[in-house]
Amino acid sequence: MPTILMPALSPTMEEGKLSKWLVKEGDTVKPGDVLAEIETDKATMEVESVDSGKVVKILVPEGTEGVKVNEPIAQIQAEGETLEAAPVAKTVPEPSEAPVVAAEKAADAAPSVAAAPAAPKFEAAADPDLPAGVEMVEMTVRQALNEAMAEEMRRDKDVFLMGEEVAEYQGAYKISQGLLQEFGPQRVVDTPITEHGFAGIAVGAAFAGLRPIVEFMTWNFAMQAIDQIINSAAKQLYMSGGQVSAPIVFRGPNGAAARVGAQHSQDYSAWYSHVPGLHVVAPFSAADAKGLLKAAIRSNTPVVFLENEILYGSTGLVPKVDDFVLPIGKARIARAGKDVTIVSYSMGMRYATQATEKLVAAGIDVELIDLRTLRPMDTATVIESVKKTGRVVTVEEGWPQGGIGAELAAVVVAEAFDYLDAPPLRVTGKDVPMPYAANLEKLALPNVDEVIAAVNAVTYRG
Amino acid sequence: MARKAEAKPAQSNVPELTKEQELSAYRDMLLIRRFEEKAGQMYGMGLIGGFCHLYIGQEAVVTGITMASKKGEDAQITGYRDHGHMLVMGLDPKGVMAELTGRQGGLSKGKGGSMHMFSNEHRFYGGNGIVGAQVSLGTGLAFAAKYRGDNTVSISYFGDGAANQGQVYESFNMAKLWNLPAVYIIENNRYAMGTSVDRATAQGDFSKRGLSFGIDGEQVDGMDVRLVHDAAKRAIEHARSGKGPYILEMQTYRYRGHSMSDPAKYRSKDEVASMRAERDPIEQVKNRILEKRYGTEEWLKEVEAEIRAIVTEAADFATSDAEPPAAELWTDIYAA
Ligand SMILES: Cc1ncc(C[n+]2csc(CCOP(=O)(O)OP(=O)(O)O)c2C)c(N)n1
Ligand SMILES: [Mg+2]
Repeated sequence: MPTILMPALSPTMEEGKLSKWLVKEGDTVKPGDVLAEIETDKATMEVESVDSGKVVKILVPEGTEGVKVNEPIAQIQAEGETLEAAPVAKTVPEPSEAPVVAAEKAADAAPSVAAAPAAPKFEAAADPDLPAGVEMVEMTVRQALNEAMAEEMRRDKDVFLMGEEVAEYQGAYKISQGLLQEFGPQRVVDTPITEHGFAGIAVGAAFAGLRPIVEFMTWNFAMQAIDQIINSAAKQLYMSGGQVSAPIVFRGPNGAAARVGAQHSQDYSAWYSHVPGLHVVAPFSAADAKGLLKAAIRSNTPVVFLENEILYGSTGLVPKVDDFVLPIGKARIARAGKDVTIVSYSMGMRYATQATEKLVAAGIDVELIDLRTLRPMDTATVIESVKKTGRVVTVEEGWPQGGIGAELAAVVVAEAFDYLDAPPLRVTGKDVPMPYAANLEKLALPNVDEVIAAVNAVTYRG
Repeated sequence: MARKAEAKPAQSNVPELTKEQELSAYRDMLLIRRFEEKAGQMYGMGLIGGFCHLYIGQEAVVTGITMASKKGEDAQITGYRDHGHMLVMGLDPKGVMAELTGRQGGLSKGKGGSMHMFSNEHRFYGGNGIVGAQVSLGTGLAFAAKYRGDNTVSISYFGDGAANQGQVYESFNMAKLWNLPAVYIIENNRYAMGTSVDRATAQGDFSKRGLSFGIDGEQVDGMDVRLVHDAAKRAIEHARSGKGPYILEMQTYRYRGHSMSDPAKYRSKDEVASMRAERDPIEQVKNRILEKRYGTEEWLKEVEAEIRAIVTEAADFATSDAEPPAAELWTDIYAA
């Protein structure tokens, strides 16, 4: 026999008043008929019937205060043999079905809320083996990024590029040079200056199966669009229970350029690395720029790809193979050593590399790790290194609080505490907006001397 | 409200300026022109870094509008192409130039740079680097004016490119909803970096951009300071009298590149040359001054010399002044 339960007006309601019955025992009701009115201090609601039948018993008289949610308030005799008729009003498991938890509790004072299962460990693949004697081609990071996009656009017609000045102007920083000529205006799309709008449009296109590459003229301007990056792209797969993904790459120069002031000089590494559902890549070398951008374009997970304007013109050797794709989530040991670990990425690697050269010359055997990807972060490589060296210095351009170095320090302390011979130290951008004046800008950025000083501190040398 | 379909002025009934207004407009515009030329030169010498967006060609816009406003009382705000606005609003050219070179005597102590200068005293609120942001901020200045009932208006300048940002329309809606004393000046110089207006917008008549919110607008020949001033008077009066926001599309032109490095492939040399030759805002005033005998060739030369002296003094100051002390790195982050 269907039982009508006291419904909840809101997820937090625990009890309310049954203010009025609109039916009496013996009445016949059909779906949609109002049976009763209930109220709380905030709201009132009419309780409707979802069944047809006869009201056989009113269990709680009108005017009763403090009626608990899910308490039976009436019984209806359904028509025909509908003893297992559709549930009435809100169906929540009867309170009496709950003692399992209570029993557990009694059994061994375990927490009443089940513990979350452990997060799965991300296992990045190793870099691909290169054929012996492969030709290495010298190119700039700019060319490497350009080649990566061109190759992927040739390979997959669903890949397209959109952003401000990417087509006719050939890219504000010339990363998309020649792409309009090769792929035409349908696939290389100039947008108005409307970051929030076109980022959303690209995410929508990705929902429908296209594979957009969105170029932000710089990441500073992506703050206009950060809602679509995080709320729409990053969370979509999860919110849809795995149905709808957003295979999209957001890319552009990140961090300080030179003398462009506070609103145009900011490192977003830590910001995006905070967000589950995103992969965040920040390459330093030309080879990594190419191999990781190709991987990002193929990834079904939205990727935030952080480039650096100052590095665009720097050159490196890129293997000449048909399809050079590197694994996202794998750090690269730029130099193996045993005395101290330096961890950095992107522009920070420039300071770290120069510091390493000087330190090695001074007899310190530095192990230098280029994270390359910030999420998922290859902490395993860092931990393994720190277990060997016992000392770690992180280098980044971003602000210290909640930064990449802060995250690394937390992981190292938690997972390699017993191996540490010194507290982890961070070299970061100063905790200030970027000043314009040449002298102040220099002071605001990290530099080689600060890296050396930090290494000296963790190795207890002068 | 009357809407001019064409930017070309109806030559017969152009609202004239008084002699004093013509002379002061000439002086103001010439100061911007010579200052900007100097800044361009100093950039080339490595004395100015980063971005440096010159206002050359657009001088009549800020000059005519400021002339119609209550200088020092009405608030003004713009983007990064801001040197001209500050000069016309009466900020010290030495302070502007020293900010460009990043010295301690700069208007932001050298910490802001070309794109970020402000003056509470002159009610100039920047100097903003994020395209479109100034439109919401300027609307907020108008909100404060209405809240306080101080009878001031807020004038927000933004480009044809900026006019496509979403927050512009969010601001338009609230400005009309709450009848804020906001005057929106769209400086349509035909390009946003290398993107011409017709490649970026489905509605190239920017004066219509407020129509769906019930905001009136006009297209104005922004190369003629008389027409700018005349339209600005109407717009500012509209806002000040409590009728709410108003939009002016200023049809203007920038002669120089977007910033200092510009591929200059998106428009022809002829286009630039013909604008300079036929529509130059300063030449127009100069010719009228001579025609109407408001001033002689002699007088023009004197003004030129005066302005050169101001610009030279600013440049000298900006190159000899010290860089900010290192301790300034850590100041001005949190308000006292
Ligand atoms: C949100 C944002 N996106 C992009 C940029 C880069 N940017 C600076 S100026 C500019 C063009 C703006 O053109 P317009 O609004 O017409 O003003 P104009 O430069 O012509 O005065 C662009 C794309 C920026 N500063 N901010
Ligand atoms: Mg423009």
